[in-house]
Amino acid sequence: MQIHVNGEQRAAQAGSTVADLLRELDIRPDRVAVEVNREILEKGAFDARGLKDGDRIEIISFIGGGSEEAIGYQFSARSRIEPAEC
Amino acid sequence: MSDDRLVIAGREFKSRLWVGTGKYKDFIETKKAIEASGADVVTVAVRRVNITDRSKENLLDYLDPKKYTILPNTAGCYTVEDALRYARLGRAAGVSDLVKLEVIGDERTLFPDTAGLIEAARILVKEGFIVLPYTNDDPIVAQKLVDIGCPAVMPLAAPIGSGLGIRNPYNLKIILETVKAPVIVDAGVGTASDAALAMELGADAVLMNTAIAGAKDPIMMAEAMKYGVEAGRLAFKAGRIPRKLYANASSPIEGML
Repeated sequence: MQIHVNGEQRAAQAGSTVADLLRELDIRPDRVAVEVNREILEKGAFDARGLKDGDRIEIISFIGGGSEEAIGYQFSARSRIEPAEC
Repeated sequence: MSDDRLVIAGREFKSRLWVGTGKYKDFIETKKAIEASGADVVTVAVRRVNITDRSKENLLDYLDPKKYTILPNTAGCYTVEDALRYARLGRAAGVSDLVKLEVIGDERTLFPDTAGLIEAARILVKEGFIVLPYTNDDPIVAQKLVDIGCPAVMPLAAPIGSGLGIRNPYNLKIILETVKAPVIVDAGVGTASDAALAMELGADAVLMNTAIAGAKDPIMMAEAMKYGVEAGRLAFKAGRIPRKLYANASSPIEGML
């Protein structure tokens, strides 16, 4: 059967679980969150939740980030100031 | 300063400098800069795990959640729905029930969508999150956020990553006067004197990322920020002299020849 994991399609064995998928992907379950078809799964449910054909799985973790940065934008002529100089 | 602890929702923090983890060269530099900053709260973004390249290391291998308070954020979320989804995923990852809530209104300025922010905050507070909202320097919005149950507010000093410093000290001062909750100045700091100024105004803490990670020497700047925040805090508590237009001699006239 086919499932979608983080936006990518992949094959999964019938009868396998979310925990099996994490093992297969070599992902430690303690630092990730898993969403199945937009529903967040409790960590305790990874073993029990069987994968079904067409399931959309999201596996998330933490990456470096403070906030997004506004990149590459310039002030328009109407409000032209040099931010570095004020 | 050791007894001068910051307390938010019953949690105590040693440092009044909070830091982001983005834009560093690598995890080693991230770790070293955070150590140099003395911060005990670090904010992190919630993103998909890279499943095609599993050799990539995990940020939390370098930032021990036992040592640091991990503050997941909803950076990059432009709708209430997205912010809720990212906040819930961040909590489900199992290291923190805090969230630095961002609902961004515009990609050029990254100013918060404060209407969406209040809506999302209300829902997350009900779900038991400790919601720390990234907000505008608007005293009315800050008050509303506290009223709906946010234990602290995080008004910006200037646009995220701009390094413009404290653009509106008077609004921040009004927030500090009127809001009965810790105020963490978040975003816009460019250098150590900006951090010191925020603390001199009476801010309870300062959160920054780009000012450190984007410096030529991030580790040295992290240390500078630590001293900036500490100096500003001490100056605030010590009580500065009032500003006067004319001179006031510090040496006595008496005894002059």
